[in-house]
Amino acid sequence: MTSLDIVFILVAVVTGGAAVMTVTSRNLVHAALFLGVTLAGIGATFLLLAADFVAMVQVVVYLGAITVLFLFGLMLTRAPIGRETLDSRNRPMAMVVSAALFGILVVLIVRAFGSNQFPATEPISSSVADLGMAIFSTWVFPFEVVSMMLLAALVGAVLLARRQSGDSGTETRVTPIREALDDSTEELDRAPAELGSGGER
Amino acid sequence: MESTLVSWWSGFWPGLFTALLTFLVFLLTTALLIWAERRIVGLMQDRLGPNRVGPLGVLQTLVDGAKMFFKEDFTPGMVERVLFTVAPMLAVVVSLMTVAVIPVGGEVTMFGQTFTLVTADLAVGVLWLLAMGSLHVYAVFLAGWSSQSPYPLMGAVRATAQMISYEIAQGLAVAAVILYTGSLRVSDIVAFQATDSGLFPGAPNWLFLPLFPAFAVFVVGMVAETQRPPFDLAEAEEELVAGFHTEYSGMRFGMFMLSEFMGVVIQSAIVVTLFFGGPNGPVFGPGWLQGLLPVVWFLAKTSVFIVFFVLLRGAEPRMRYDKLMNLGWKIMIPVALVWVVVQAAILEVDRQWDGWTDGRMPALVGLGIVLLALAVTPMLRRDPTERTEAARSVARDLGPRRLPEKDDPAVQADTTPDTGRGDAPHTPPGPEHDHEEVGV
Repeated sequence: MTSLDIVFILVAVVTGGAAVMTVTSRNLVHAALFLGVTLAGIGATFLLLAADFVAMVQVVVYLGAITVLFLFGLMLTRAPIGRETLDSRNRPMAMVVSAALFGILVVLIVRAFGSNQFPATEPISSSVADLGMAIFSTWVFPFEVVSMMLLAALVGAVLLARRQSGDSGTETRVTPIREALDDSTEELDRAPAELGSGGER
Repeated sequence: MESTLVSWWSGFWPGLFTALLTFLVFLLTTALLIWAERRIVGLMQDRLGPNRVGPLGVLQTLVDGAKMFFKEDFTPGMVERVLFTVAPMLAVVVSLMTVAVIPVGGEVTMFGQTFTLVTADLAVGVLWLLAMGSLHVYAVFLAGWSSQSPYPLMGAVRATAQMISYEIAQGLAVAAVILYTGSLRVSDIVAFQATDSGLFPGAPNWLFLPLFPAFAVFVVGMVAETQRPPFDLAEAEEELVAGFHTEYSGMRFGMFMLSEFMGVVIQSAIVVTLFFGGPNGPVFGPGWLQGLLPVVWFLAKTSVFIVFFVLLRGAEPRMRYDKLMNLGWKIMIPVALVWVVVQAAILEVDRQWDGWTDGRMPALVGLGIVLLALAVTPMLRRDPTERTEAARSVARDLGPRRLPEKDDPAVQADTTPDTGRGDAPHTPPGPEHDHEEVGV
């Protein structure tokens, strides 16, 4: 067992544990933070495979953007981000589905790559230029397809989140924030004499 | 096995020396910055600033640090203890880790071997800078959320939104650097800038000229990223008490303060490394001076940007949050994005075209942009006495401010009890007032 194996086991335990905590945690923010730890662990695994570029991109994109956006979604909506504990009645169903998915993926990956034995040499660090050439020549079609899919997801998210057509900002008079603002504007309207007569500094 | 051990041992002292020197340089600069900022801002505000401890008060930071350590470190009862404790540590650790890839000097010969003064020259060093920047967001978010209190949470939302917005613009600016130099390794970028630009003999190839738009975006981004005035809305005192670190006290608050100032030093160091040649500069004299001078050049260039931060703080009022976001998303990101495309085109044309520019085209284009900016800026300057449209509309809504007179019907009406919006008597004299349009 080399030192690399020991580090890999440590990283794998942390990553796997955080992944389990992500789905079992009863606090949404904790779950999101555990997800962050999981993604960071995957980044560390990339580092162990000498893929330092992919590892850094993993940190920048998944940890720096996606998990932060999750946290943002929690904070900006009325998600329960306090101390509440949450649970779902779909827990058994979710366990069955994820166990099935796990089983299928393990079987698939072992059947597809299980016979490939990589020679145990020193890890070779590929240059970023090689990586770029590979993505934009050999793999350009899958790359573009994935890009289009992400773009479609983005457009779909905007479509879901925006107001109904004809539903302009002037008509949404029901939210409490809106009412409060109306009142304060009214205050301004009513009290100019007070403003001008030394009430302000 | 033995040979690797020997090579590890022979690399130990240079490594230790480099790491210690790097951290010493950054921590000392941070301490000096805190003092210098208070002195310079004091000067700008016609007061003295700290002047009691040490010559010109230079030891004030040390005393303040000691005070921070001995103050009671109070943990409010409602906080999430673990995250509350982790957040300030994360802030400082991430800041310290950032400096690892920044070369603070050139080659030195010491302990019988020659080595470069950079702690870790990663092959993806530039990405490391961005990655650490995105981890810093977590420190702020964790501090705000784990406080379980409204103002810190709002401060954290503002701060993280601001940081990730400007990270995009900054990342695109860095992408321009990567595109131009063709490397993610920080030492390669510094070495690239040490070559001759060919504009005129002896002109260094510092990237701020050929990449001027990227440089401008990066500078704006770095002020926003460190949440320094005029972009310090995350701790706008009159709105949010102190922002995300409201509930912190003692040294844990001190760690946040330290990480903010370290952010200033680090961002200045990054901009110097990426756009001003890092430790490049004329090197002469005996051996020890040749080792020392790059460090001096690096510190001198970094100090220029640190003073820029301080002057900006003293001169500019705080921006409004929506304006900050508009600037980030509608100006900075498009400018950076368009510039990356334009620059790629310039580089390709320069490569294909074998004309008289002879590889100087990016620099010439950059020079043109700088001259254009210098020519246009005075034209854009507004007359400070002229009212902006926003100010005019506010004035229209408020109406003329007059002293109350006894027989003024408006004032008399004002004293009657309000019955509601419809018959508010003091109708502003503007053509129409459009409060209905005010959205949230």
